Amino acid sequence: MSLRAKSHPVAGTIAWLASLLMFFPIFWTVLASFKTELGAIATPPELIFTPTLENYTEILSRADYLSFAMNSVVVSFGSTVLALLIAVPAAYAMAFYPTKRTRSTLLWMLSTKMLPSVGVLVPIYLFARNVGLLDTRTGLILMYMLMNLPIVVWMLFTFFKEMPKAIIEACLIDGASQWQTITMILLPLVLPGIASTALLNVILSWNEAFWSLNLTAHDAAPLTAFIASFSAPQGLFWAKLSAASTMAIAPILVFGWFSQRQLVRGLTFGAVK
Amino acid sequence: MRLSHLLAGAAMLAVSATAASAATITIATVNNGDMIKMQKLSPKWEAATGNKINWVVLEENVLRQRVTTDISTKGGQFDILTIGSYETPIWGKLGWLVPLEFPASYDVNDVFPGVRDALSAGGKLYAAPFYAESSFTLYRKDLFDAAGLKMPATPTYQELAGFADKLTDKSKEQYGICLRGKAGWGENMAFVDTLVNGFGGQWFDMKWNATIDTKPWHDALNYYVDLLHRDGPPGVTGNGFNENLALFTTGHCAMWVDATSAAGLVYDKSSSQVWDKTGFTAAPHGVTSNGTGWFWAWAMAVPTTSKNQDAAKSFLAWSTSKEYIELVGQTFGYTVLPPGTRISTYSNPNYIKAAPFAETVKASVLTADITKPTMNPVPYVGIQYVAIPEFQAMGTEVGQLVSAALAGQITVDAALTKAQASVSATIEQAGYK
Repeated sequence: MSLRAKSHPVAGTIAWLASLLMFFPIFWTVLASFKTELGAIATPPELIFTPTLENYTEILSRADYLSFAMNSVVVSFGSTVLALLIAVPAAYAMAFYPTKRTRSTLLWMLSTKMLPSVGVLVPIYLFARNVGLLDTRTGLILMYMLMNLPIVVWMLFTFFKEMPKAIIEACLIDGASQWQTITMILLPLVLPGIASTALLNVILSWNEAFWSLNLTAHDAAPLTAFIASFSAPQGLFWAKLSAASTMAIAPILVFGWFSQRQLVRGLTFGAVK
Repeated sequence: MRLSHLLAGAAMLAVSATAASAATITIATVNNGDMIKMQKLSPKWEAATGNKINWVVLEENVLRQRVTTDISTKGGQFDILTIGSYETPIWGKLGWLVPLEFPASYDVNDVFPGVRDALSAGGKLYAAPFYAESSFTLYRKDLFDAAGLKMPATPTYQELAGFADKLTDKSKEQYGICLRGKAGWGENMAFVDTLVNGFGGQWFDMKWNATIDTKPWHDALNYYVDLLHRDGPPGVTGNGFNENLALFTTGHCAMWVDATSAAGLVYDKSSSQVWDKTGFTAAPHGVTSNGTGWFWAWAMAVPTTSKNQDAAKSFLAWSTSKEYIELVGQTFGYTVLPPGTRISTYSNPNYIKAAPFAETVKASVLTADITKPTMNPVPYVGIQYVAIPEFQAMGTEVGQLVSAALAGQITVDAALTKAQASVSATIEQAGYK
C-alpha cells in the first residue's frame, strides 16, 4: 500500500493547514518585495498590484550582495564540516563505548545552549579581538561550530544509538579495525542521519544573526547583516527590507528544497528500518 | 555656488590626502535617508582623496549595541561611528573619542551653537553633526479648514486635545492624533519626556531624588493615556516613528507630534498622500515651554581605537561641510538637505523655497535647550533623555511601564509607583546620591 493511500483526510488537512501557516510569512515577504513602499504598508493590504523591481534595483545598488552571500556560504558550510569532524568521533565514542559519565556529559553539552548569547558577548568579543578573529570568516566559523556542536553531537549520538551494537561487534570479529568499522560500515549506514544533521547545521548557521552582527563589520559580514542594513529607524522601509530578506533566504530555500528528501530520510532513519 | 566652492573643497581634500597615504576606513552608520545620500555621494570623496570606505549599515538599536560593544572593549573595528547627542558627551568624557579640530574653512561657527554644545564635553567637540532635530506638531490643514479650526503658532496640550476630539472620525479611520506608543527610551519616552516637562515634571530633583511618582507625571500620563484612548489609532502601543509616519502619510492622522525630521518625509511627493495638505507648527506646551520640544542630533565621531584617524577626520570634515550640503541639494533636490545643523542652510534661498517647513524646523531646533530642560532646576542635561550612562536601561524600563499603562494592563498610578521604585534603586546603586 502506498504512503499516500494511508494518510487520513483529517491529518492531511491539518498538515496542509500547518504548512500554509508556516509558509505564509515567506509568501507575504516575497509579495511585499514587489510592492512600492506605500503599497507595502497599505491598509487594507494590497493583493492585486502592479509589481515593481525597484526595491531589488535599489538594494543591489547600495550593497554588495555577492560578497554577503559568499560569506554566508563559506561560514555555514565551513562550520558544518568542522562540527561534523569533531562530533562524529565524539558521538561514536559515546554511543558505542559509554562510560558512567556519558549521560551527564551529554546533558552538560546541551546545557550550554541554555545560556543567553548576550550573556557571553563581552568575553567572547574580547577573546576574538585578542586573537585577531574579529570580522573574519574563521572567527565566525569557529563561533558557529561551537554554538551548534551540542545539537550536532546529540543528533549523531541518537542516530548511532539506533544502530544495533551487534553490527559493530560482527565487523570486529571479522577482523576489521576500528577505523575500517567506522569508515566502511558505520558511516555508510548512518549517512542519511549525518546528512540531515549537516543540513540542519547549515540552516542554523545561515539564519544566525546575533553573533554575525556582533562579531563582523564588513569583510566577513554574512546575509543576516545584509538584511539588517535595510531596516530603518525613520522612513518607510518594509518593501526594501522584504526584498533584502527574499534575496537572503532564496539560496537556503532552494538548497532546502533540493535536499528535503535527504532531510526526511535522515529524520526517519534507523539501521534496521 | 558654487562650482568654485566645490572645487575648492575638493582641492582642500586632495591636499590633505597627500599628507596621509590612502587608507580604507570603516564607517558604522544607521540606515536613514541622510546617510543613504551620504553613501551615494561618498565616491566623490574617495576619488578626491584616494581613500576607500567600507560601510557597515545597521538598524538604530543594533547599531547602538554594536558600536557600544566595540568601543567599550576597544575592539577597533570602526574608524567612524554614527552616534547621537546622548552618547557623544558621555563617551567623550571617558576618553573614547578623538577631539575634533577643523580648519578655518570648515567654519565651525556656522554649526548651530546648541548642536555644538550637545556634541561637546569639557569644551571639546567630539562629533560632527550630519543632522539635528527637535520635535514639532504636524497637522492636516484641509481637515482643520473643513472643521473651522485654526492651529495656533504655539499650541497647548489642552488645545491639541480639543482639536483631536473634534477631528476624530473612527468610521472613516481618521484619528485626531497619532503619538508614539512603542516602548523604549528613544521611542515612547522621547515624547513622554517632553510631555512631562511641559506639565512641570522632571526625572530628578537637584539631589538626584527620583521625582516620578509626583503630580506632574500623573497628570501628564493620564492626559496621554486618555487622549490616545479617545482619539488615537488602534494598536497604538506598537506605534513608533515609522508606524506613525505611515499612518500620517496615508491620511489617517489629523495631528502628529514627532521629530522635525518627519517634515522632509511627509513632504516627499513620491511616498506621501498628504504632502500638500500638511501644516507645521511648534511642539505643544503646558505650564512651561522648557523642554517641550526635544533635541537630538545624529553625528559622526572618530574612536580613539581607529588606526586611520586622519582619513576619518578628513571624511567628517567633508561630509558635514557647507559644500557637502550644497552638493546634496544639487544632486537630490533642496527639499532633502540635511536639516538642523548649519546656520547657512537656513539662509540658502533654494532651501527656503523648496522646504516650506524650514523656518519651523529652525525655530524648533533653536528653541530646544538641553541645559534647561524643565520648569524647575535639575542636575542633568538632556530634554528627552538624562545624559547619564544608566539612562538607556532606566528609560526603557519606564517606557515599558508607560506602554503597559497605555495598553490597559496596569493603571497609570501603578506604573508610576513601580517606575519610581525602579529608578530610585538604579540611581542609588550607581552612586549619584
